[in-house]
Amino acid sequence: MIVAEQKPLEEIKGVLGDAENVLVAGCGTCVTVCLAGGEKEAQLMASALRIASRVDGTPIEATDVTVQRQCEWEYLEMIEAEVEKADLIVSLACGIGVQTFARHFPDKWVVPGLNTTFLGQPEEQGIWTEQCQACGNCMLAMTGGICPVARCSKQVQNGPCGGSEHGLCEVKRIRRVDGVPVMVKGRGGRMMPATEDVECAWHLIHDRLKEHNRLDLITGVQEPKDWTTSRDGGPRRIVREDLILMDEE
Amino acid sequence: MSEQSSAATPQSNLAKVFASGAFAVTGELGPPKGADPEVIREKAKLLKGFVDAVNITDNQTAVVRMSSIAAAALSHQAGVEPIVQMTCRDRNRLAIEADLLGAWALGLRNLLCLSGDHQTFGNHKDSKNVWDIDSIQLVKMMEDMRSKGIFINGEELEGEPPDFFLGAVENPFADPLHYRPFRVAKKVRAGAKFLQTQCIYNMDKFKDFMSKLGDMGVLDDIHIMAGLSPLKGPGMAKYMRDMVPGMDVPDEVVERMTGAGQGIEDKAERSKAWRAEGIKYCIEQIQEVREIPGVRGVHVMAIEWEEAVKPIVEGAGLLPRPQAIGSAASA
Ligand code: SF4
Ligand code: SF4
Repeated sequence: MIVAEQKPLEEIKGVLGDAENVLVAGCGTCVTVCLAGGEKEAQLMASALRIASRVDGTPIEATDVTVQRQCEWEYLEMIEAEVEKADLIVSLACGIGVQTFARHFPDKWVVPGLNTTFLGQPEEQGIWTEQCQACGNCMLAMTGGICPVARCSKQVQNGPCGGSEHGLCEVKRIRRVDGVPVMVKGRGGRMMPATEDVECAWHLIHDRLKEHNRLDLITGVQEPKDWTTSRDGGPRRIVREDLILMDEE
Repeated sequence: MSEQSSAATPQSNLAKVFASGAFAVTGELGPPKGADPEVIREKAKLLKGFVDAVNITDNQTAVVRMSSIAAAALSHQAGVEPIVQMTCRDRNRLAIEADLLGAWALGLRNLLCLSGDHQTFGNHKDSKNVWDIDSIQLVKMMEDMRSKGIFINGEELEGEPPDFFLGAVENPFADPLHYRPFRVAKKVRAGAKFLQTQCIYNMDKFKDFMSKLGDMGVLDDIHIMAGLSPLKGPGMAKYMRDMVPGMDVPDEVVERMTGAGQGIEDKAERSKAWRAEGIKYCIEQIQEVREIPGVRGVHVMAIEWEEAVKPIVEGAGLLPRPQAIGSAASA
């Protein structure tokens, strides 16, 4: 699913301008599951904006509404009345929802309330990890179901590189809690972001292939990846002729 | 072993040293964090005549420095044959090909292909990395350019194709340990002709690695250069043991370095004793790796300690070098 997390309230307040009627729009799919932008979060966000605006001395009206999926026109059509009344929408959907919203209501100003972070999996309660970068040319068949594009720090195609040690990648990830880097005292007393270990994707790939007796899959030199199916080919589009509705004339 | 092609173009000195059967020696020359060509010339002076070629690092540890190709050209002019390092971190396939065409045109003959350190290790942490291709694909790309005269997209290039003497690296101590020799075989298949290893301090593990390469039958197809880095003191040994990923420094090595300074009160004298021990240890290591079947040379990484190269190479009985610099320099 798409994993996202909320932007700090201060940042959202900073892009409200002089809007007096703000609609906080939640989305009932991925961001509900990852507890970032569902119905409950939309309610909380609306009330937080109301309270903050009163404290700041410039009270605004903030209401909320949640649709099943902000990335589909049909659902947005169902909230036209609420949107009509608002002069600014804070969308708590992923980046796709925000854009669909803005396109569907071209006269309205829509701002994001979330940072869309990655395509991932709930690891355990409260922790999500990235699994896929939607490269458009899935190579999981060669790598035993572990993605080197999303999970290897260098997107190595012929790994593991020389920095793999005890199953861990040489690259450490900046430790973030609620999106904010955790700062610790570094050498010389300077504050610096704390880091945490990351598994070496290629070590995992290697072990899994070995277990399945399939190390043969990675003995050859893997050809350079064709990135045209990835972001690097420009915004992507899928056309399914079999599904396109024909005009009945 | 593939021959360097055209007789008219000057060849890699390093390739000639290997071809002559001599035990090769390479060093390392880090470009400055600035634009002063004198730095390269000064370092080249300290290395000239003591090594067959020097690695010119490419934004090593992701810290920005003078470009590897420019610094290599300066080193080449100063009479020290360079090995251009090229990483896949900062350039996509287009940029790598373009820069390497230029490198060849400037008379540079050796190329070492690496994936590159992640930018989070360096001083431009908020930059975006590339890794369009990886180090093995880079070797393959340049081998195809050399042998077939084509770019990575299959198009033919104009005129004589660059014929770099192609190198790769491997870390015999990285995990999964048993997979490392297979990865070397992959690099050989991709077209690597020489291979420099990560710094060796655990000799037993390195011997294991070499014997596996022997069993796999790849040693006839690649010149293995044992990577050695002289220690400046116990602090450096500990740092390498504890802080550098993929480095295997046994405790005896740290103890040996500590022991060398024991009882010496004067700071400067102690440091001198440590350095002398570091050089002595490195010479012993060279003697040890020379006995290992398949080791065809050493890569001496005296990082910011170029002065150490001469006593090490001399002490190991590897002077004079077969030829100061090949026809490449005089071209
Ligand atoms: S290979 Fe591409 S499509 Fe497959 S999981 Fe990885 S990023 Fe996603
Ligand atoms: S250590 Fe593993 S995960 Fe990290 S860059 Fe190397 S191959 Fe990729």
